[in-house]
Amino acid sequence: MDIQHELHSHPSEPTHHEEHIVSPKVYLVIGAALLVLTATTTGVSYIDLGSFNAVVALAIACTKMTLVVLFFMHVKYSSKLTMMTVASGFFTFIVLIMMTMTDYISRAWGRW
Amino acid sequence: MDSQTLAAQTAETPHGHEGEHPPFLRHHFESVPQQREAATFGMWLFLLTEIMFFGGLFCAYLIYRNWYYPAFVAGSHTLHIWAGTTNTTVLIISSFTMAMGVHAAETRMRKSLVTWCILTIILGCAFLGIKAYEWHDEWVEQHVPGLNFSPESFLHGSEAYPDDKLPLDMAEKTQVYYSLYFAMTGMHALHMIIGVSLLTLLVIRAYGGAYTTGHVNPVENFGLYWHFVDIVWIFLFPLLYLISRHQ
Repeated sequence: MDIQHELHSHPSEPTHHEEHIVSPKVYLVIGAALLVLTATTTGVSYIDLGSFNAVVALAIACTKMTLVVLFFMHVKYSSKLTMMTVASGFFTFIVLIMMTMTDYISRAWGRW
Repeated sequence: MDSQTLAAQTAETPHGHEGEHPPFLRHHFESVPQQREAATFGMWLFLLTEIMFFGGLFCAYLIYRNWYYPAFVAGSHTLHIWAGTTNTTVLIISSFTMAMGVHAAETRMRKSLVTWCILTIILGCAFLGIKAYEWHDEWVEQHVPGLNFSPESFLHGSEAYPDDKLPLDMAEKTQVYYSLYFAMTGMHALHMIIGVSLLTLLVIRAYGGAYTTGHVNPVENFGLYWHFVDIVWIFLFPLLYLISRHQ
C-alpha cells in the first residue's frame, strides 16, 4: 500500500493540476475590470444601436462571465477534468437553447 | 477490526494504518489532493445542473421577448436602474471578497478568512435588501401578475418614456415580462438566501479553525457556488433592466 508515494497525481493524468494560489492582485484587477464592464454595459444601453444593443449587452455579459469563471473560480489553474466539465456544461446549455429555438422557429404560427 | 470498533472510531482515534493522514482526509480517498479534486468535480457537476435550471428560464425569456418585445420594453422601463447597477456592483464586490476568503484559507490565515466571509455575508444581505425594496415597489405599482396586476399604467405611457403607450392586448402581455422578472430574480434571491445561510455556518466553523489547517476545499467549493450565483445575476441585469433604455 504505497499511500505515501501517490500523494499527487501524475502530470499526464486529467485530474492533475499545479497547486497554484492565485494572488490577491489578480483578484483586484479582475474585480476592477468587472466593475468597468458593468458601467460600460449600462452606458451603452442608453445609445441606440438598433438590434445590436442586445448583441453588445450579451457580449459584455459573456466577457464578465469568462473573467469570473477563469479567475475567481480558478478554472484557468485547474485540471483538465475541471476544464472539460465546465466546457461540457456550456455545450449542454447551448444544446438546450438551440434545440428549443429550432423547434419554435420552425412552427408556422406567424411569430417568426 | 470488526464493524462495531470501526464505527466507534473518530477522526482523533489513533487508527492503525501505515500513513499518518490529516483528520479531514476521508478513508475512501487515497490522498488530500485526490479528495479535493473529487469534491470540486462534484461541485462543478452540481453547478452544471444549475446552469440547465436557470437555462430553462433564460430560454423562456428569449422566446417571449421576441414575441412581445414592446411589452418587454415597457416592463423593463419600470425597473430602477440605480437598484440594478447597485446590486450588480454589490455582487461583484462580494465575489471579490469571497475569492479573498478562499485565498485566506489557502494561506492559513484564520482571522482574515473570517473577516472576508463576514464581508461577503454583509454584501449578500445588502443585495437581498435592495431586491426586497424593488419587489415591494413593483407590488405598490400593481405589477405583480396573479396578485394585483393592472395594465392601466401601460395604456398611457410614462413621463420618462412617453413612447411606452401600449394597446390593451400588448399591455396585458407585460404580465409575461413581470412573471419572468419575479421567477428569475426570485429563484436567484432564493439561491442568495441559501448561500448566505451556508456561509454563516461556514464562518462559525472557520472561526474555530476548521479551514485553516489545510482543509481548504469546503471554502473553495462554496466559493464556486457563490461565483455561479454572481454569474446568473451578471446575465439577469442587462436582460431585465437594460432593454432599450435609449428611447
